[in-house]
Amino acid sequence: MSEARAPFVFVGCHELRENLGWRAHDARELLDGLEQVPVGAVFHHVYGYFLRHRFYAGPYANDFASWAAVQLRDRVLGERLAVLDPFEFADLALLREELMSIIDDHLTHLPVVPRLVYGEPFYFVQSHIVEIATDQRARTLAEFRQHLGEIDASTVYYHMVEARVRLGRRSGDFAEWLRASLGRPDLAEQVERIDLYFLSLERVRARILGLLDVALDDEAATPR
Amino acid sequence: MIKIEDYREVAPRGAVDLILRLAERVRGRRLLHVSATRYGGGAAELPQRTVPLLSDLGVEAEWEVVGGDADFFAASKALYAALQGEDRVITEEMLRHYLEMNRLSAQKLRLEGDLVVVHDPQPGSLIEHRRAGGKWVWRCHIDLGSPQRRIWNFFRGFVARYDAAIFSLPGFAPRLPIPQYIMYPSIDPLADRNRELSRSEVRGILDRLGVPQDKPILLQVGQFDRHRDPVGTINSYRIVKRHHDVRLVLAGSGPGDGPDGHEATAEVRDAATRDRDIVVLELPPEAQLQINALQRAATIVVQKSVRDRFGLEVAEAMWKGKPVVGGATGGIAVQIISDVTGYAVDSVEGAGFRLRQLLTNPELIARMGGAAREHVRRNFLITRHLSDYLALLTHLTAA
Repeated sequence: MSEARAPFVFVGCHELRENLGWRAHDARELLDGLEQVPVGAVFHHVYGYFLRHRFYAGPYANDFASWAAVQLRDRVLGERLAVLDPFEFADLALLREELMSIIDDHLTHLPVVPRLVYGEPFYFVQSHIVEIATDQRARTLAEFRQHLGEIDASTVYYHMVEARVRLGRRSGDFAEWLRASLGRPDLAEQVERIDLYFLSLERVRARILGLLDVALDDEAATPR
Repeated sequence: MIKIEDYREVAPRGAVDLILRLAERVRGRRLLHVSATRYGGGAAELPQRTVPLLSDLGVEAEWEVVGGDADFFAASKALYAALQGEDRVITEEMLRHYLEMNRLSAQKLRLEGDLVVVHDPQPGSLIEHRRAGGKWVWRCHIDLGSPQRRIWNFFRGFVARYDAAIFSLPGFAPRLPIPQYIMYPSIDPLADRNRELSRSEVRGILDRLGVPQDKPILLQVGQFDRHRDPVGTINSYRIVKRHHDVRLVLAGSGPGDGPDGHEATAEVRDAATRDRDIVVLELPPEAQLQINALQRAATIVVQKSVRDRFGLEVAEAMWKGKPVVGGATGGIAVQIISDVTGYAVDSVEGAGFRLRQLLTNPELIARMGGAAREHVRRNFLITRHLSDYLALLTHLTAA
């Protein structure tokens, strides 16, 4: 079994949530808030969802879309915000612009902007991610597989979401290590192709473990 | 004494390891909790459960309690109620006495730490007596969404002098010029209230409480007042009762601190005298095992509150694998994921409908109960709360 040039160090994280004091009672206020709040709030409401929820805690996997559909009862806006795949954006500023553009366009087609009647306002929150380096280090595919099965789900989040979106490591840390350190571009590509937007962290973990099991079986079956 | 390692069996996979690594970064730092009492409510329960665990993790964690005379506690209780929007007569003299008692407490207590967490309004004015060094955070366990204006104007000046505040929900926080962090309350899965019980223990406790187990039990836990709406729960039960032979158990410690506690208690008692399938239990606050057993014996748990501070009875029941039908308000709406772990409802009829739906589809009860336990494991256990405080200590005292 081949050894990586550098070990993979698993890093977990904990999310501290900061309430920004901004709240929205309709789509116009949501647009204003989106324009004003730190970009960390966009991250929290779109990507932080995966860290907080094992299950879909609303109709959609982003807070803006769920709020529009459930609390504001504007299902069209909810659907339009939900269909946007956050993992297709190169940075958070572009994602924020796209969200604002969708809301702005929606508002131009509304004769009357609906206000909240019974629902909860939208509260803008930003997250501070505290990184936690673990003891787990992997040099081989088998070690990597073993640790991935044991770590806290926040570690999956850190390497698959935080690394890609906030830290600019576009492939994600798992794929990058598989490609650059372990020399397995085939496996790296399969990990990169996992559609994060529709999966919980546990499902993401299960998918990667499945890919690793196949790769390990192949390695075992290959004569030396 | 319970140690952090004891939580490996119940916490999410890998969570205890992360706590241990996070604790290494703040080992030796001093975290001081200050509250008004040693018992009762989140302000006392949090330090009671977490201080020994934080000490076990190498943090110099301590807990101080402010003292005061009867007038101090009367004034601070009124302040506490007024800040939650209730009408109270609070005189200038009462406020002066409140400040004076906290000044005396500040002289007696060692109010020093890398992080000093002051819980709730009662000791809030201690910030006036802060000494150099360390960060001070005000932890608010109540809903400050619509306080009495005059009292909030008085109290806001103290809060604004803290380095940060912590609220249970964004909707509980007023406008403030300091950072506001959000931390959900938590339950301790190893405490008497939540620890595993055998079937025979559950049966024995229910026998002693006089609760027959010959039919499905719908349970609501909580004091009796308009906010928790036990009368609404009885009316929902009546809708269910037309189709399902169930028993409703209302377990509380008598009249609550919300509005109309005595009227609600009288109505609940009266309903129980008219229907033998309504059981009203008025239990002392220390009846933790009894509540645990009732939650385990229940088929479905109801928490039909119309206003909620962040009642953890929901998470407790979910931890025991029960679906919860609860009022879509406050912390209940955060704890329940509708259609997944139970149902958040807005009316007596809504609760009745969902209870019938669950009783008619018992496979839903099992599926939602399992999902409920996993949701709590990840979001509402004390291990997550420990991580919150360790992360806050790391974040605020980094430099």
